[in-house]
Amino acid sequence: MSNNLVEIRWHGRGGQGAKTASLLLADAAFNTGKYIQGFPEYGPERMGAPITAYNRVSDTPIRIHSNIYEPDYVVVVDDTLLESVDVTAGLKENGAIVINTTKDGEYLRKVLNGYKGKIYTIDARKVSMETLGKYFPNTPMLAAIIKVSGIMEEGAFLEDMKGSFKHKFAKKPEVIEGNMKALEMALTSVQEV
Amino acid sequence: MSIRERLSGNEAAATAMKQINPDVVAAFPITPSTEIPQYFSTFVSNGSVDTEFVAVESEHSAMSACIGAEAAGARAMTATSANGLSLMWEMIYIASSLRLPIVMSLVNRAVSGPLNIHNDYSDAMGVRDSGWIMLFSENNQEAYDNLIMAHRIAEHKDVLLPLMICQDGFITSHSIENIELIEDEKVKEFVGSYHPQHYLLNDKEPMAVGPMDLQAFLFEHKYEQAEAMRNAKKVILEVAEEFEKMTGRKYGLFEEYKLDDAEIAVVCMNSTAGTTKDVVDALREKGIKAGMLKVRVFRPFPAEEIAKALSHVKAVAVLDKSDSLNGAGGALFEDVVSGMYVNGNNVKALSYVYGIGGRDTTTKDISSVYTDLEEVVKTGNVGNPYRYLGLRKE
Repeated sequence: MSNNLVEIRWHGRGGQGAKTASLLLADAAFNTGKYIQGFPEYGPERMGAPITAYNRVSDTPIRIHSNIYEPDYVVVVDDTLLESVDVTAGLKENGAIVINTTKDGEYLRKVLNGYKGKIYTIDARKVSMETLGKYFPNTPMLAAIIKVSGIMEEGAFLEDMKGSFKHKFAKKPEVIEGNMKALEMALTSVQEV
Repeated sequence: MSIRERLSGNEAAATAMKQINPDVVAAFPITPSTEIPQYFSTFVSNGSVDTEFVAVESEHSAMSACIGAEAAGARAMTATSANGLSLMWEMIYIASSLRLPIVMSLVNRAVSGPLNIHNDYSDAMGVRDSGWIMLFSENNQEAYDNLIMAHRIAEHKDVLLPLMICQDGFITSHSIENIELIEDEKVKEFVGSYHPQHYLLNDKEPMAVGPMDLQAFLFEHKYEQAEAMRNAKKVILEVAEEFEKMTGRKYGLFEEYKLDDAEIAVVCMNSTAGTTKDVVDALREKGIKAGMLKVRVFRPFPAEEIAKALSHVKAVAVLDKSDSLNGAGGALFEDVVSGMYVNGNNVKALSYVYGIGGRDTTTKDISSVYTDLEEVVKTGNVGNPYRYLGLRKE
């Protein structure tokens, strides 16, 4: 078993791109030479229903095949989940949670059942609207978890994502710049509360 | 040099099919294997394969089209899951009894009902006596590697049996993981082209396929099928040896993990084996002599070899991801214990039914099995051998 294993759990709602974000994270980590897993937990798939996705990132091959119950990091893509889903369940206290929200620290500590680890927030709506003109929270949240977890160096991450976007948006090159700006803005605007 | 990639299990299977470039693929989409024909149909559209893709209206027709294609002399493949395999049922037996080496990618899912789209082996276990070779795969890499080896085994003149490659629905089929791909040319050379000895489109040898076969000869033909299945064991190992020379990746009938000096062992298949390896390592750190045996080749069943590999352990637990509903134990359990009994091995054995309908199997679950095994060794008492793992208590 590897000691360098990092486990991340994503909470979002169907249609917000949490699954896509987990796959992009896996891609980015893979491109820096890591062993990765990226998988969603499939339930009844409907727009707006709570969904969970997972990442494992390691320097050595990953053999375990189960969901993640004691994550190092949790990413919450939609803060309306905070009152209905136990997002900090099993979250390690030396880990952290990253939330897309404009709510204050006092509210968050309360709604997270007194979680003692670090809490980071980012207004992914603001980042997305300012850079893309539309609300796509997954791109800023991806940058936020890279920043908080430190699983890869920011420069390498941005460089890799530029390549991914060029490939992904080959037919819509006009959106590449906005997505890159969203990542850069997210890296600087995520903050600990 | 192999190609470092990251693919889901379904992408891995579709990629293997692309590199194999079979003459015919006939498939009907069903979760969780849908992506395999979906990806493959894009390979057909963009010209990266020259396969005839038959988009049929049901799985019964998918298997029928594969049978027709193979009988005509073509190499045919398909993919399915759960109820799709159920609908093929009639044709599954016809494929094997006509000795047509069709290759199927089976992404394991619970057979209804009630409706469940998640992983267990009720689909595969339903066809375990149908005369198909069945290989199981721990992860995307093994699903890919097994497919690359499949035609060499199935089409071998001493075998000529259809073959299915199983992997876990969602758990590996939809998980993106690292994989080492083999270069296209190497795969092409390894798999080779298909030259059947007898085939319908050979105008030099007019023949009928699948006519009436009554009291006079059906028995002998079934014996030949059984003989072919026995032959397959040797062929599977020969092909694996050649595959190892090409890739460095070693495959046997089963994989032993820290089993040499183990006192307690778990027997399992597919992705559970990866989770179990992590548990074995954790137990070894505590000085507990735990081991694992992962069954790769389920049909033909390597009864003698497994009995030998387990002969030195004090207690073994066999994990079945489907319940045979026979009141006595899971299918893999029964095969393992009957194999041990016939080979004079009297190791204490427990049957665990687990993971039904996609119930997640954690390292804690697997650890609890080893704890149970330690208890059996300590007391010498098996108690109830027919157990459930991860069942709700309330």
